[in-house]
Order: sequence, then C-alpha cells, then structure tokens
Amino acid sequence: MYVAVKGGETAIENAHAWLAEERRGDTDVAELSLAQIREQLGLAVNRVMAEGSLYDPDLAALAIKQARGDLIEAIFLIRAYRTTLPRFGYTQPVETGEMACDRRISATFKDAPGGQVLGPTFDYTHRLLDFKLAAEGEVPPAAAAEPREERTPHISEFLQGEDIIQSEPESDAVPGDLTREPMEFPSNRPLRLQSLTRGDEGFVLGMAYSTQRGYARNHAFVGELRIGKVAVEMEVPELGFAIEIGEIELTECETVNQFKGSKTEPPQFTRGYGLVFGQSERKSIAMALVDRALRWEELGEDDLGAPAQDEEFVLSHADNIQATGFLEHIKLPHYVDFQSELELVRKLRREAEARVASGADVPEAAE
Amino acid sequence: MANETEIDAEVRRGWMSLLAKAPESALMALWGEVSERPAFEWLRAPEVGGVMVRGRMGGTGAAFNLGEMTVTRCSLVLADGTVGHGYVQGRSKPKAEAAALIDALMQTGAAASVRAVVLDPLAGQMRAAKAARAAKAAATKVEFFTMVRGED
Repeated sequence: MYVAVKGGETAIENAHAWLAEERRGDTDVAELSLAQIREQLGLAVNRVMAEGSLYDPDLAALAIKQARGDLIEAIFLIRAYRTTLPRFGYTQPVETGEMACDRRISATFKDAPGGQVLGPTFDYTHRLLDFKLAAEGEVPPAAAAEPREERTPHISEFLQGEDIIQSEPESDAVPGDLTREPMEFPSNRPLRLQSLTRGDEGFVLGMAYSTQRGYARNHAFVGELRIGKVAVEMEVPELGFAIEIGEIELTECETVNQFKGSKTEPPQFTRGYGLVFGQSERKSIAMALVDRALRWEELGEDDLGAPAQDEEFVLSHADNIQATGFLEHIKLPHYVDFQSELELVRKLRREAEARVASGADVPEAAE
Repeated sequence: MANETEIDAEVRRGWMSLLAKAPESALMALWGEVSERPAFEWLRAPEVGGVMVRGRMGGTGAAFNLGEMTVTRCSLVLADGTVGHGYVQGRSKPKAEAAALIDALMQTGAAASVRAVVLDPLAGQMRAAKAARAAKAAATKVEFFTMVRGED
C-alpha cells in the first residue's frame, strides 16, 4: 500500500545544484556569454523569440544558456517571463512593404523590381562540414555594392494589378488575442495566424509537408520571401500621437497558390501568409502553407479530411509549451493514481483466473 | 520653458523614434558627453513591460497579433515644468531615463546643443549601419544572364 508522503527536498536541492554544475560544463573551457549566444547562435535566438512570442534577443540568449541549449525549455522560460510583463498596449500593424530587406527572393518572378537578393543564406551551400570553423579565425569581410535606396514592393502587388490573385483588403477590425482569451473553435484567420507564428517549428513544418505530399495539396509557389527589419509604431496615450517604439527583424513569406475556382470563387491565385519574428525562413514558408490549407472553407473548397485542413487539430497541437507540459507531467509522481490502477488490474486478473479455473466462457481473444 | 503645443508633433515623433530604436551603448556614450544634467522628478519611474506587435494578413490585409516585444517607459518633469517621456525598445531603465531627459531637453533652450551632441551623431551612426547592411544585401543581388543555346 502506498500512502501520500512528503520528502525529497534535499534530493531536489542537490539535483538542481548538480544541474547548475552540468550546465557550466568543464570549467577549463571558457564560459559562454549572453552576447556570444546572441551574436553567434542567432537563429536559435530567433526561434526562441518566435515560439516564446516575445521579441528580446538578450532574454532569448539568457533562456538558451539557462536551458543548456534545450530550445523548448528556453521557450518555456520566455513564456513564463512574458506573463509577468504589464501590457502597455497594441502596436499598429507593421508595414512589411517598407522593410529594409536583407534578403528578398521570389520563385515566381525572375525580374521583379528590387530583384532577387539572396542575403546571408544557407541556400547553395554544399552542406559539407567546414572544419575551418573548428579553429578560430578571421572572417573575410562580405562584399558590398551600391545600396538600394527605394522601397522594395511586394511581389503580390504586380499580380494584384491584373486582378488575378485574391486581394487582402485592409481593415480596421480588431483581431482576437489568444494570450487574453482561450482559443475557441471554429476560430478565424487572425487567431490562426497568431497561433501558427508561435507554434512549434517542427510541428508546423510537418503539417506543411503533409499538404505537399498530397493531404489537401494546395500547389504553393513561394511568391515572395523577405527578411529584414521593420519599424514598430505605437500610439502613445501621453503624447496623443504614434511614435516608433523599436525595430524588429521579421521573415515574411507569401505563397501564391494555384486555384481552379470553386462554387463561390472564380479561377484565380490564392494566398497563404507567414510572418515570423527573426530570420525564420523554414517556419514562415511552413506557416504560409498551413495558413492556406486552413482557408479551405472560406474559399469554398472541399473538406478532404486532411489533418492540415482541421483547424482544431492543427491549432490544438501546434503549441510546444502546452504539448510538453502535458506530455512531461506523466513522469511526475502519480503514486496514488497508479496504486488504484494496480488494485484494478489485480482484481481483473483474479476474476479472469477464477473464470479459467471454473472452465466457464474463456474469451478466445484473451489467448 | 517652451510650450509643448509649440513643438511640432512630427519633429518630436522623429527624435522619440530615433531614441527608441537606438542601440543602448551608442546612445549612452553620446549622452555621456552632455555635461549639463538637469534636475528632474519622476512622474512615472522606469517600468519594463510588453507591447503586442501586430502584422497584416498578406502584408496588406486585416491585422493579427504577431507576438510581444519588450519596452521600457518612464515620464519625468524638469524643474521648469517641462515633461519628458521615454519609450524605448528593450529592458534598459537607464536608456529609458536618458530618452525621457533628452525628450524634455529638446523642448527647452538646450535643444540645439542636445541635437548637435546626441541626436545628429546618433542618427548618423544608425544611418551608416543601415547603409552598410543594405550594401551587403545589394552585393548578393542576382544578375541573370542568358546562356547561348546554339539551336540555330
């Protein structure tokens, strides 16, 4: 018989002290600074900001250090910190058309104004380990050319002119905020986008990939992918006008999807949209594909029963902090729960054995 | 003291936006060169919080909530009654204080010297950093050329 007991304080304390020691690792090796993490593991920092849903590179670097590089643990730390912050307000929507682009490519238009700007990309590298990085060394400076002064227009503007792509009308509708009210179904596109942009990269990637493999295929082209900085503007009540309160790096992906038309819509191109904190290219493309798949109902498409069309399935499982919280809780003490399960199975076993002994109806399947 | 209504909102918006986005180290280094530090009282001591950043669906459509960013804000009043506000990105209280003091001084007779010592050099540094990035991006722009196909 198990009974509820207290205890373990010393064990827990000692475990945490050992954790701190293991986190530090071999003290003959120099300790990592937050600036090193921020500057040299920038894409990990970006992922923690995106899924932690808080743009602050220094905090994300601290979380990564504290979590020993476990990014989901780091995201958990950021989400927990986020809840302690007073909310000063909501910004005006960022204008990605004004982005200072580090990278801007289109898979649909070769000669778009502004051109194909590769930026600091892994694309076209050979994915061979570079053993030179194992040694310290100077990096030769990157090449420079005449900088572009004018704004870089969105590629979709060109299709819009021909009225052959679904438009995205501007609106002043106030979007729901899932950090304030729990998600309810059926949901709507603003809430889906908020959920996807902070969703687990691996999960959103898997969902997007499933559409490419045929589960609600939506024939996506990357109409445009851009990475760069945008200013963030907010109305400040004390002033009575809006000021820029900062600048953030974003990755935006707009897909152009083939669409034969439906009962309600003429043949045209449709759109999927991804917008993610930081340089998060894979995530933003995946987000755009899943966004498009989830729009089946508004476009009058058939429900094919595909997982990526099921918003309740996608949105309820995209959040890695909810998921890991529920998953990992089963390792914590369940002594009393398990004791009752044990009693139940013993009782069933006794009854089954009694039936066998008496020669009564033994079910075939039990053999 | 200058009357606040005399300050052009667009001009004030300009310096407040610059201060919000400025790298802390650059701002504090330039602010350190300002010798005259006025006495002030807090109207609101520096406080760290979050704002919810919004995006637009499809880049141009209706708004959605993208995620939060950290912001530090404070408000203060100089001895002559001039009120300064600081709203800066990140969690630095010293940076918010410097921004609020500069905002206040920019409404006084010290405006020209603060602009010359802090704002103009700061704007110059930030423009240069932005131009350097844009120049590297420009160097990665693809120049297409057509291969001779030899079909004729």
